[in-house]
Amino acid sequence: MNDQLDQIRAQLERVSRRQFLGSLSLGVGAAALSQWWPEIVGASEGAAFPFASAPKAKRVIFLCMAGGPSHLETFDEKPKLTALDGEPMPESFTKGMPIAQLQGKELKCLGPRTTFQKHGKSGQVISDYLPHISSVADDIAIVRSMVTDEINHDPAHSFMNCGSIIPNRPSMGSWINYGLGSVSENLPGFVVLTSIGGRNPQPIAARQWSSGFLPSKFGGVEFHSAGDPVHYVTNPPGISRDRQEHLVAAIRDLNRMRASETHDPEIDSRISQYELAFRMQMSIPDLMDISDESPETLQMYGAVPGDGTFASNCLLARRLAERGVRFIQLYHRGWDHHGGLKQFMKTCCGYCDQPTAALIQDLKQKGMLDDTLIVWGGEFGRTPMSQGGGDDPGRDHHIKGFSMFLAGGGVQGGITHGATDDLGYNAVEDVVHVRDLHATMLHLLGIDHERLSVQYQGLDVKLTGVEKAKVVKEILA
Amino acid sequence: MKITPTNFFMVSALAVCLLSDTAEGADSKVDFAREVRPILSEHCFPCHGPNDESRKAGLRLVEFESATAELESGFSAIVPGSRDRSEMWQRITDPEDPMPPAKERNELSAEQVELLGRWIEEGANYAPHWAYVAPVATAIPSRVDADWPVTDIDHFILERLRHEGLQPAADADQVTLFRRLNYDVTGLPPSTEALDAFLADVGEDSYARAVNRLLASPHFGERLASAWLDLVRYADTVGYHGDQEHRVWPYRDWVISAFNSNMPFDRFTIEQLAGDLLENPDQGQLIATCYNRLIQTSHEGGLQLKEYRSIYMADRIRNVAEVWMGATLGCAQCHDHKYDPYRMRDFYSFGAFFADIDDEEHIRDPYGGLNTTPTRRSPEMRVMTDEGRTREQQIASEIEATQQLIETAIKELEPLQPQWEQDLSQRITSGEKFQTIWVDDVLDTGGTVSGKWEFVLEDDITPHSGELYRRQSSDKLVQHYTVSTTSKSITVGEGDTLFAWVYLRPDSLPAAVMLQCNTAGDWEHRAVWGGDEIGYGRREKSAPAYQRMGELPPSGQWTRIEVPFEKIGLKPGTVVSGIAFTQFGGTVYWDDCGHENASAAPAAVVEAISILAGDRTEKQRQSLRSFQADQSQQVSTLRAQQASLQQQHAGIEKSLPLTLFTKGLAMPREVRILPRGNWLDESGEVVEPAIPAFLGSLETSHRASRLDLARWLVTVEADGGVGGMTARVFVNRMWALLFGEGLCPSVEDFGGQGRLPTHPELLDHLANEFIASGWDIHELFRKLLLSRTYRQSSMVDPLALELDPQNLFFSHQARYRFPAEMVRDTALIVSGLLVDRLGGPGVKPPQPQHYYRHLNFPPRRYKPDMNQEQWRRGVYVHWQRQFLHPMLLAFDAPVREDCTARRATSNTPLASLVLMNDPVFVEAARGFAQRILVRGLSNDEEAIAFAMREATCRQPKPKEVAVLTSLLVASREYFESNPDEAKLLLAVGSSPIPKSIESTELAAWAEVTRAILNLHETMTRE
Repeated sequence: MNDQLDQIRAQLERVSRRQFLGSLSLGVGAAALSQWWPEIVGASEGAAFPFASAPKAKRVIFLCMAGGPSHLETFDEKPKLTALDGEPMPESFTKGMPIAQLQGKELKCLGPRTTFQKHGKSGQVISDYLPHISSVADDIAIVRSMVTDEINHDPAHSFMNCGSIIPNRPSMGSWINYGLGSVSENLPGFVVLTSIGGRNPQPIAARQWSSGFLPSKFGGVEFHSAGDPVHYVTNPPGISRDRQEHLVAAIRDLNRMRASETHDPEIDSRISQYELAFRMQMSIPDLMDISDESPETLQMYGAVPGDGTFASNCLLARRLAERGVRFIQLYHRGWDHHGGLKQFMKTCCGYCDQPTAALIQDLKQKGMLDDTLIVWGGEFGRTPMSQGGGDDPGRDHHIKGFSMFLAGGGVQGGITHGATDDLGYNAVEDVVHVRDLHATMLHLLGIDHERLSVQYQGLDVKLTGVEKAKVVKEILA
Repeated sequence: MKITPTNFFMVSALAVCLLSDTAEGADSKVDFAREVRPILSEHCFPCHGPNDESRKAGLRLVEFESATAELESGFSAIVPGSRDRSEMWQRITDPEDPMPPAKERNELSAEQVELLGRWIEEGANYAPHWAYVAPVATAIPSRVDADWPVTDIDHFILERLRHEGLQPAADADQVTLFRRLNYDVTGLPPSTEALDAFLADVGEDSYARAVNRLLASPHFGERLASAWLDLVRYADTVGYHGDQEHRVWPYRDWVISAFNSNMPFDRFTIEQLAGDLLENPDQGQLIATCYNRLIQTSHEGGLQLKEYRSIYMADRIRNVAEVWMGATLGCAQCHDHKYDPYRMRDFYSFGAFFADIDDEEHIRDPYGGLNTTPTRRSPEMRVMTDEGRTREQQIASEIEATQQLIETAIKELEPLQPQWEQDLSQRITSGEKFQTIWVDDVLDTGGTVSGKWEFVLEDDITPHSGELYRRQSSDKLVQHYTVSTTSKSITVGEGDTLFAWVYLRPDSLPAAVMLQCNTAGDWEHRAVWGGDEIGYGRREKSAPAYQRMGELPPSGQWTRIEVPFEKIGLKPGTVVSGIAFTQFGGTVYWDDCGHENASAAPAAVVEAISILAGDRTEKQRQSLRSFQADQSQQVSTLRAQQASLQQQHAGIEKSLPLTLFTKGLAMPREVRILPRGNWLDESGEVVEPAIPAFLGSLETSHRASRLDLARWLVTVEADGGVGGMTARVFVNRMWALLFGEGLCPSVEDFGGQGRLPTHPELLDHLANEFIASGWDIHELFRKLLLSRTYRQSSMVDPLALELDPQNLFFSHQARYRFPAEMVRDTALIVSGLLVDRLGGPGVKPPQPQHYYRHLNFPPRRYKPDMNQEQWRRGVYVHWQRQFLHPMLLAFDAPVREDCTARRATSNTPLASLVLMNDPVFVEAARGFAQRILVRGLSNDEEAIAFAMREATCRQPKPKEVAVLTSLLVASREYFESNPDEAKLLLAVGSSPIPKSIESTELAAWAEVTRAILNLHETMTRE
């Protein structure tokens, strides 16, 4: 009798697996499927990507500077632009190019609003706005030749996260969890944290961490610094831990009784999800409470427990990384500096510089930097042209050349890759497109970007899209 | 409209012969559509498919002619009848380097290779893809020995089951069947009374009657609307950037009402795509065209007009193609489709149908005050509601009645005129003055007004005049004006004065108040009391444009502020047609404001009265009569009443809901093919609206319109349309709703990369019958629901699992977790909270605080509905695309950025957390417990049985009762020793608790109901 039951159950599991496939009309390579399937039914074993080359990074922390920080005040020094400050922007640069808010306006050069120094043994050139990041100059690889396709925030974020502005595409955190599986017992594989401060904060849509057409379990889960750290993770008022445990047990017992009659494997899965939910209820509040960190650590990040700042979030990122979360994305939303560039660079760097450097150092001290890939940057850069008048003008959106940096996880520290032209307008040397960044990130995780593909609505969809993408080998360690 | 079909329709009969020749074993001929095409599509088309750009070696394996043509190499890929002479065979069997190339990692299996070999041997017959041919009438298979089938459907299903060596499952028990039927048709569980009545009804057609009853329920429209709204990606917000609300809910209600009134699907299609192009479209037909406006939009600063124009067009193309054609035409935006015969040109020509939709105001002027929520997405229209209509008629008749009274009152003044003239003459002589009022209790000036005019009556302040006064309050500069006043402009006379009565709140003093006049567009006439804080027109020395009048008037009392017109630069004879009330900070009540004449009558009246009655001109007589009327208390009162009514009348229009709709442009936008989809590249050819070329062409005398397209979609193939194919797409989706899988399992994609139908004949049969019924959706549901196939049990036997693990052959019914809306509605209905009302604006149940904190332009604060609205059905919940309600999201409701033909069904801890801890569900559990307790059942077992039956329709087993009893007992103990905790739990939510219920007992039962609401069974369709 038991044999027969087991047999039914095994068959039913197969059914749901195929139903799942059918329902998405995924034509995933069978190999990939068999690898991540066990995970779907509840086990949290990590799934090795079938075509993985030796992975350097096990996880990613993406520090997303939403709004688009100016490369010209951070990592891309342009003395020529200083010389042309206030002069008309040569038309040869801008003719026929997409322009955002400066459409139809007079275009004038704006010299860098700060100065730059060489830092570290490597002598990397970094602006004075970033003294702390400068102190880890030898650990980071600066890419000065980024380009993207999208000039407005919303689509540019979609492009940076999902490789496409077509709706319903998975974001990279989802792709990576889909490809590699989760390794955390009690936590989702993709966690998002946000902080504010700076110029008029960018709206960030939950689409940016959506699993798109992939199963929703691969989607990002937002952790909150105020209220419940995860929606509904706290017991209802008046319900103690014991009461909740009894409730979960009663649900489990009743579900088991039903399962024994219907042989529906979905019920087993339901039972395990309730147990996981209960474990999350126990573990997440502890995780989110950073007051158990040493005063030195808190000081290093500049974090005050419960303040919800980028500093606290950087510290949380480390805690999440330690607990096996695969993809951690932090948003700081204040970087859209159309005006008040000096003022708001000071504000935003004040929020972000020290914690970023602290995170790199902290991971290094803990021996985790080697297998944690850190990526820092915005959805685009900013124009060499000024926007707005007054004492403290700003810069408009710019997509033809901007800077990002990567660190840890198989990236070579202390190098600068690529260059823009004399005015910081066009990336002209070793151009790195967003899809190349994606290809490189996947490569560091041991994934061939050409192979991580899912059939959806008649297309083989890849994070890196249709156009050819390349791994930026020059920055690999 | 005349349509030229291309020759592929001619071969449809052949295609169907091939299609119906299914699974006849190894000795039958290879079936191209079922067996070969999928292999070609998967393994060969990436390089030898319809896409010209990716083609290798010039080989196109898409059709017979090109596959057998001689290649540059001199060989032919396929030589029909001989695998050895076919280059394709040589290449796929090459021992060194077999096709497809190893680097593609897409190798053929030995079986596939052999199948291709046999197919070549058998003549390499090609057949058109099944979905591109019209449905064909097939004989209904019938086996004399079978007594299982009840309807046509069952014959088709049984035939296939037999073929596969399967048996239909037993009929579902009555309880499961009735519960399933109720959820499938209405989205709600049956009431216990309805269930008992059904179980007690032993009449032969009791089930059929139940089906009819449920289809007639208004809940049918709500249930089916959820599925349709997924397809057309209906949501309450714009989706991009600031994700502001846009006004579309009347469309949702139109869909619900269309399904309830059983609007035929062809009309349903035409009205959505092109209702505005019908002759004299009625309001409903215009609301339907909101379909074209459901795309995601943006007014992000700095956006590129042409980029968004192209994004919007692609959005529409993807949706129409997927909703009505089951096609992935969107894939042809940057290149020809890789698997289906859609060309890039088809994509852009299809898009050109929508190039007349007027919807660009917000991308042309993104800074035009759009950062509000709801935002504006012109064009919008007012929707007349039933309530609005009644009210409008009522007020119109009151206005008319008042007009009659005014005329009568004026007539009655006639005999009094001589006496009145005498009195007036005396007053003129004595130097008396008189006032005309500009603004008092209502805003009846006509013309343009700014700001929200808030006429109020506060408890502690009686009006200076009339019944109300206007409240104007701000922490900074605030101004309200009325200008180009059509009915109340005044002519300044010698020595006249402007005045207004004000009341300054002592606890909220303004820094300054200002009166300002407009004449012929010129606002440079100001009088200021108080400080210099008001910046408008401010200058160093007082001047008519900024006349300083000294201190603020005293506060806490009504004071008349006044200024001679002369002093603000307005000479006698000037016509003043606008006035502004400005203050800096504080709260000021503004009451009657007007113009004081220096004399007891206007100059014209003074002049007329001095002339003997018999010598007056008509104009002079008129001015006297009119002034007499103006001065009559009775006439003034009636006029004020009428003005107030007129204001209410105007207010009705403004209070009516707005909706987006489709307004055609006289000059459609030019549509070009965008090379590689790049909107910056304008080198592509300009295209006209056209259907995909391989499906024929529309022969129209004019530029083909959306109406032509819509009609083509629902015109049968015999008449040159693709109606049969459209019907197949729709019927298949309805089937999937009721059976868990489609007859073609890929409900979203009928293209080459989709899956083949398992029951092509049945699918065609149903599509044909659907059309023959006049596209009758209720009839289609009835047909599916009455089948025995539908009525099967969802329990499965091991053999069925072995042979058909996915249940593609329907040897039993499907079990799946309910969609999000049904999970919500179930909790609300068993808790007694559900507010069952059709339609209306989106409702906002509680959600976590700060959930919208990432929204900006403007920053958002979610204001949950605190009234009955919070307990409305899921279909009405506010659909915020960027931040969908966490409960809906956790249960896989799509965010509706794009067409969703089938929802995923996940099973995640986040969903468990919602059901256990979301206050909505905690409150529902409490409400459920109240329902149990107010019944006053004699013991716990009985009460538990009642509760289980409410949630699952069935009686619990003793061991289940035991589990719940033990939970109840432990919870009782806990709450009895922690009564404050019980109070905390019960305080969740805002629904009332009957005083008669004891709180620890209620809390304990709420634990039991929480458990029941969390059961897998409660949320599962079986």
